Amino acid sequence: MATDLATLRSPVPPVRREIPHTVSPGLWTLGWRRLRSDRVGMVSLAIVALFILMMTLSGTGLVARDWAREVGVNYAPPSWAGAAPAGGLLATPDTGVVTQGAAGAPAPEFKSSVVDPLADVLAELKGEKPAGGASAGDEKSVDPLADVMADIRKGKPVAEAAAEERRATLPMGGDKWGRDVLKKTIKGSETSIFVGLASAFVATFLGSLFGALAGYYGRWVDDFFNWFYSVFSSIPDLLLILAVAAVLQQKGTMTIVLILGLTGWTGVFRLIRAEYLKHKSREYVQAADAIGASNPRRMFMHIFPNVSHVVLVQLSILVVAFIKAEVILSFLGFGVPVDVVSWGSMLNEAQNELILGKWWQLVAAGTAMAILVTAFSLFTDALRDALDPKLKGRAGA
Amino acid sequence: MNDAIRPAAAPVASAAADPLLRVRDLRVSFRLDRDNVFEAVKGISFDVPRDSTVALVGESGSGKSVTSLAILGLLPPENSIVDPRSEILYGGRNLATLPGAELRKLRGAEISMIFQEPMTSLNPVFTVGYQLEEVLMLHMGMTGRQARKRAVDVMREVGIPEPERRIDAYPSQLSGGQQQRVMIAMAIACEPKMLIADEPTTALDVTIQKQILDLIADLQKRRQMSVLFITHDLAVVGEIADHVVVMRHGEIREQGAARAVFETPQDSYTKALLQCRPQLTRRPLRLPVIDDFIQGVGPQHVEERPRGVAPDDPIVLDVRNLGKSFWSREGIFGKREFKAVKDVSFKLPKGKTLGLVGESGSGKTTVGLTLMRLHEATTGEAIFEGRDLLAMSPREFMQYKRRIQIIFQNPYASLNPRFTVGQIVTEPMQIHGIGSNAQARTEMAFELLAKVGLPEVSFYKYPHEFSGGQRQRIAIARCLTMKPDILICDESVSALDVSVQAQVLNLLQDLQDEFGLSYIFISHDLAVVKYISDQVMVMNNGEIVEIADSDEIYRNPLQPYTKRLLASIPKGWQARS
Repeated sequence: MATDLATLRSPVPPVRREIPHTVSPGLWTLGWRRLRSDRVGMVSLAIVALFILMMTLSGTGLVARDWAREVGVNYAPPSWAGAAPAGGLLATPDTGVVTQGAAGAPAPEFKSSVVDPLADVLAELKGEKPAGGASAGDEKSVDPLADVMADIRKGKPVAEAAAEERRATLPMGGDKWGRDVLKKTIKGSETSIFVGLASAFVATFLGSLFGALAGYYGRWVDDFFNWFYSVFSSIPDLLLILAVAAVLQQKGTMTIVLILGLTGWTGVFRLIRAEYLKHKSREYVQAADAIGASNPRRMFMHIFPNVSHVVLVQLSILVVAFIKAEVILSFLGFGVPVDVVSWGSMLNEAQNELILGKWWQLVAAGTAMAILVTAFSLFTDALRDALDPKLKGRAGA
Repeated sequence: MNDAIRPAAAPVASAAADPLLRVRDLRVSFRLDRDNVFEAVKGISFDVPRDSTVALVGESGSGKSVTSLAILGLLPPENSIVDPRSEILYGGRNLATLPGAELRKLRGAEISMIFQEPMTSLNPVFTVGYQLEEVLMLHMGMTGRQARKRAVDVMREVGIPEPERRIDAYPSQLSGGQQQRVMIAMAIACEPKMLIADEPTTALDVTIQKQILDLIADLQKRRQMSVLFITHDLAVVGEIADHVVVMRHGEIREQGAARAVFETPQDSYTKALLQCRPQLTRRPLRLPVIDDFIQGVGPQHVEERPRGVAPDDPIVLDVRNLGKSFWSREGIFGKREFKAVKDVSFKLPKGKTLGLVGESGSGKTTVGLTLMRLHEATTGEAIFEGRDLLAMSPREFMQYKRRIQIIFQNPYASLNPRFTVGQIVTEPMQIHGIGSNAQARTEMAFELLAKVGLPEVSFYKYPHEFSGGQRQRIAIARCLTMKPDILICDESVSALDVSVQAQVLNLLQDLQDEFGLSYIFISHDLAVVKYISDQVMVMNNGEIVEIADSDEIYRNPLQPYTKRLLASIPKGWQARS
């Protein structure tokens, strides 16, 4: 891979006179070599890669596509912990019936079993749905459970059928509705990692751009961005997040990405601004000025590659921070909507379950997050050591 | 090679019987990564006799600094390996195997060290007095009052004026020379028997270098210390050393009494070092380079190059009343003007070299940067082809930018580390639309690399794969792509080793002969300026002190400042004989 990278970046157009040469290792290639000799870093990288692979597979629907199917009894314990005592099983019939309407739907992909029972009514009240739609009778429009009740009255053997399919234990246990926690965790990783990566990209992009402009141009541009930064960072983080959430007015994954991205650029900004301040007076930049390179060219062609390792390290630090931030947001209820699962929403559910002694959802989501975050942090450290070897205080010969 | 090495102790029989420090078969290597080890010092042996000055001379990478750090036990423990057979004998003890605590007791009290950069060796947040007293209290067990009194005494001894007042000054309030004096005061405060000075004058101006050298020589005699003086400059060594040890690539090439080494050098490398450096008395057509000596070609007689400016030489650049001010803020609304360059006027003839000399802070670099418009000039004009370069709009100046180019001092900093040499050399052509397409530009880059003496493979490499001299060649090639008329060399050879310096100076001279370039050669090194320049301009405090033909100014300086400057050039061995 090292040589591949170098070949890709080689700027030289094919020359008529072919000169035999070996591809020289650039600084990135050298960094990659140092990273490769770091065992901890490589193991962490492998773990992170596994998680990202899992996220991709889940995103394309290859795994955990049916996470919302209620395959087990509710609160099914993990297989390795053995079946639950009788008390747990007793709860099955009534809850099973309530959620049947959704579980029995023939759709290949399950959106969610948690259907808002008042959705129709609300839609009608808002006038979005023509009231006449409820021509079937007044009774139905008032009673959201009418269909279910009708089914029950017809004597459909739903409860029995559902109970037949359901297993007493699941690999990592089941949640309140009997959904497989393992699959939920995998599906949850999709949201959590995506939010972490995407919002870190947004924040790093904004921070680098503002930092580059402020540090490079100085004077009033610098004053403006510094003022903006100071005002921005004087507002408590959580308040800012709530404010952005209130302005955006809708729950969704992209909303969280925007919230975190728009509030998280400040640290990157300070660092990149300092780097640009330092680099703009370096001789190689002066030399670029002397040969007539324009401002944008000096900023992005000359300086940026020399500070990009800082950006990269900041990016990975932010990914870790934002994965955790998403969890906190969802835990507080400002996170993803109810029909989307994330590690944060799993932990949110877990707080009620824990009172009942159902600890497995908490353990599953918590462990997955802890492993990823630890691996990512270790990888970040290894990355920093590899890209900035001077930090380790090597003595020159 | 071995026959060239003389027994170190032979010349001074009495002292040799019991030298203060005896280094035997010292080997130091550094771990580069898990499998690779770099051997920095390859089994060297030498003695430091009592009451004498031994100079350790070598270019970068010779292992001279590593040797001094090994003596003090200051090598970084995590990646350095001192061979267990190595012996550094001091007072019957082997410093190479001494435990850390005992070594620490020895350091500062019996053996002390002066470093190259006084600015970074002193802690900026403590007063110099505090730092001096700390050493005294730590090693001599003095009380605070005793230490302060002694600190004042030592500061007076190293020649700091008004030591009672200066003792409470912070390092930043002292000049570079005074800071180095404080460092020396700290080193000698505990009356050490041995002083290790690692390039103590390299970062200083030439007049201050002279003072510091005199001070060290004086202290050595007065206190009967031994001094191990580490430097790359043979001229400096010639004035003060009793014994000389010449190192290269971790080996000793030659050692012996100063007279023997300077007058009848045996080793080809020593001969080369003595010859490569431009001398004030001679100006050969080309400087000899180290390879000539190593290959045994030896110093042939080469004819002298005539220098000087004729009155009818065509003028390329006419600078009139150039001024540059910097403003620093004072108070809330106040601004204080600092005039870095005041009213500088000169004419640069075509195909000639104007040498610009002065000490740090004289404004010589600012003149160069202002002409390039890397700084905006405050006043004055620079007439080039009938137009004032300084009054043009940036857009207009763009066309002229390629005509004046600059080569910076530090070849390690002036090349973008993320670009390949090919990108570095073709970039200016891309910007200025030189060459019809990428193909033509690449062809041109290959030609220029060949011109500056770099192999074609260099095109694909990154700057970090080259040595300092090679990098400076890359920087020169980059400038040549734009076919400039004027080349400003801002201390362009100052950071290079003596042998490499000669090669780059030869290259610059060849290019001038071939293309008729005009140079503005900025340097603090008076010998180099004398060699390369037709005309010399001396600057001090932003003003021109004197302009004259280079032979004239060195033979017959008119201004007192010029006289003082010329008097402080290290004369080397000749000064003593």
